[in-house]
Amino acid sequence: MSLLSVKNLSISIANKKVCDSLTISFEAGQIWGVLGCNGIGKTTLLHTLCHLRIEYEGDVFIKNENIRQMKRKDIARQIGIQLQHSEDPFPSTVLDTVLTGRHPYISNWQWEDEKDLEKAKAALDVVELTELTERAVNNLSGGERQRVTLATLITQNPEIFLLDEPNSHLDLHYQIKLLKHFADYAKTHNHLLIMSLHDINLAARFCTHVLMLTGDGGEISGPVDQVLTAENLTRTFKHPINELMDSDKKIYIPA
Amino acid sequence: MQKAVPLIFTLIILAALSFSAAFSIGSISLSLEQISIALFSSDDDISQTIIWELRAPRAYIAFVTGSLLSLAGLLMQVLLRNPLADPYILGVSSGSSVAALIAMATGLSGYWISGSAFAGALISILLVFGLSHRNGSWNPSRLLLTGVVIAAGWGAMINFILSTAPDKPLRGMLFWLMGDINNITPEPASLIVLVAGFIVTMLIARQLNILSRGDLQAIALGVSVKPLRISLFLLASVLTAFAVIQAGSVGFIGLIVPHMLRLIIGSDHRILIPSSILLGGSLLLISDTLARTIIAPQQLPVGVITAFIGVPFFLYLLNKNFDRNPVK
Repeated sequence: MSLLSVKNLSISIANKKVCDSLTISFEAGQIWGVLGCNGIGKTTLLHTLCHLRIEYEGDVFIKNENIRQMKRKDIARQIGIQLQHSEDPFPSTVLDTVLTGRHPYISNWQWEDEKDLEKAKAALDVVELTELTERAVNNLSGGERQRVTLATLITQNPEIFLLDEPNSHLDLHYQIKLLKHFADYAKTHNHLLIMSLHDINLAARFCTHVLMLTGDGGEISGPVDQVLTAENLTRTFKHPINELMDSDKKIYIPA
Repeated sequence: MQKAVPLIFTLIILAALSFSAAFSIGSISLSLEQISIALFSSDDDISQTIIWELRAPRAYIAFVTGSLLSLAGLLMQVLLRNPLADPYILGVSSGSSVAALIAMATGLSGYWISGSAFAGALISILLVFGLSHRNGSWNPSRLLLTGVVIAAGWGAMINFILSTAPDKPLRGMLFWLMGDINNITPEPASLIVLVAGFIVTMLIARQLNILSRGDLQAIALGVSVKPLRISLFLLASVLTAFAVIQAGSVGFIGLIVPHMLRLIIGSDHRILIPSSILLGGSLLLISDTLARTIIAPQQLPVGVITAFIGVPFFLYLLNKNFDRNPVK
C-alpha cells in the first residue's frame, strides 16, 4: 500500500497542462523533489496532492483512500503542507502561530494541552527560534517567518510532508539544516517528503526520487540516480546544464 | 490562557461598575445603598421606580447593543481578514436604516420601526450574499467590494429620504442614524441572540484563529473554510441587525473594541470573544450614561459619545503599542 498515490491525474491551469494522466506511487520513506521552470505548476501539483485545489481529473489516494471522500480534518492529520505565502493580518505570537499546527488533533471545545505545547516548543527548537517564542509574527524577517511556517508543519506532524520551496528567504545554514531535518525525519519515521526545489544540487543531495515537470503535461520521474541527468535537466529547465563529478558526488551547473 | 483570566476578571468588574454608574447617575442620583435596596427588596419607593422603569431597561439595551456590535465587529474582521472592518461595512445597518427611515417618514412608530429595520437588514444581507456568492468563488475582497458598494447605494437612498422627508420626523430620523437608545422598549430577543451568538462563536473560536491566517492555511490545517465563512457572514449580520434595530447605527464600538483587545492580548478568539462582549457592553453603557447626563436635561445621541471616547483612547493604544512590541 502506497502512502500517497495518484492515478491518471490531469491538472490544467488556464488551459495549460501541468500534468497529463500522471500515475505515480509515493512510498513511505522516500524523499521526492519536484523540479521545473517558473509557472510550470509545481505549487498547483502540491496543492492538488493535499486537496487544497479540487479542480482536477483522475484520483489522489492517501493509503488507498480517495482524498475526495476524506474529511478535511482527517486529511490534515495525514498530510501537511508548507505554503509559499503566509498572511498575518492580526497580531499573534510566534508560539501561538506554531500551535495552530495542532488544530487537526484537537476537538472544537478543547484547548491545547501541555503535550501540544511541548510539541510546539520542540519544533521551535528545531528551527532555532526558541528565543523569539513571544515575539509578534508580523515583526519577523522573511527568513524567520519562513522558519515559523516550517515549525508549524513540524508541529502538525503529518505522515506526508509537502514543502513548497522550503528554502525561500532562508540562509545557507538553515537551508541545509532544515532540509536535512525533514529528510532524516522522513527516513527514520518512514514518512514521505515531497518538496518543490529550485536548487538541483540540493535535490541531488537530499532526494531519493525526482519528478520533473517539463511543460505541456510532460514529466520525467524516477529515482535520482536514474533520472537526474544533464540531458533531462536541460530539457526540464530549457537551459543547458552540465554535470561535474566531485569525488563520488555529481554537481550540476548551468552552462 | 494565563493572560486571559486577569483580563476577563477586570472586564467583569468594569461591567459591574458601569451598571452601578448607570443606575446611580441621573437627574436624581442614587447611592449604592439605595440601589441595592431597590434591586433586592420589594419595598415600593421612588428609587425602585427610577431603576426598574427608567435606568435598568436603558442600561440593558445599551449593554446588549454594545456586546452585539463588538462581537459582530470581531467576526466581520476575521471574515474579511481586515482589522478595519466594522459591523456596518457590508451594508447591514444602512439597509436597515433605509427601511426604518421609510417607516418613520410615513409616520409609523414603535414596533413598526424596528420591524422594518429588521426587514431592511435581512434584505441587505441576502442581497450582498447573493451577489458576492454567485459564481461560487467567495473571497474576502469580492465580498468586501460588494458590501461596500451596496452600502454606498443605501447611503444615497438615506440621503434622498432625509432630504425629502417632512420636518416633523426629521430630528428622530437623524438621532436614529447617529445611534440612539432613548425611548425604546427593551427586547428580550436581543439578549437571546447575544447568548446564542456567544455559544456558537465559542465553539468555532479556534477555527477563527486558523481562518485569520488565510484560507489556504486554514484548509491545510483541516478547517472547512467555505461553510465557516458563510456561517460567519450570517452570524455577524444577524448580530448587527439586532443591534441596529435596538439602537440605530452606533459607530466605533464594533471597530475599536475588538481591535483594542487584539492590541492588549493578541488574536486568540477564545479570549477575544468573551472579552469583546464584556468590553463592548461596558463601553456603550458608560457612553450612554454620559450621553444622558453630560448636558442634561438635553440628551445626546450615544454614537457621538462613543466616538469622543473611542477615538482618543484608540489612538493612545495604537501609539503606545507601536513604540514597543505590537503584541503585548
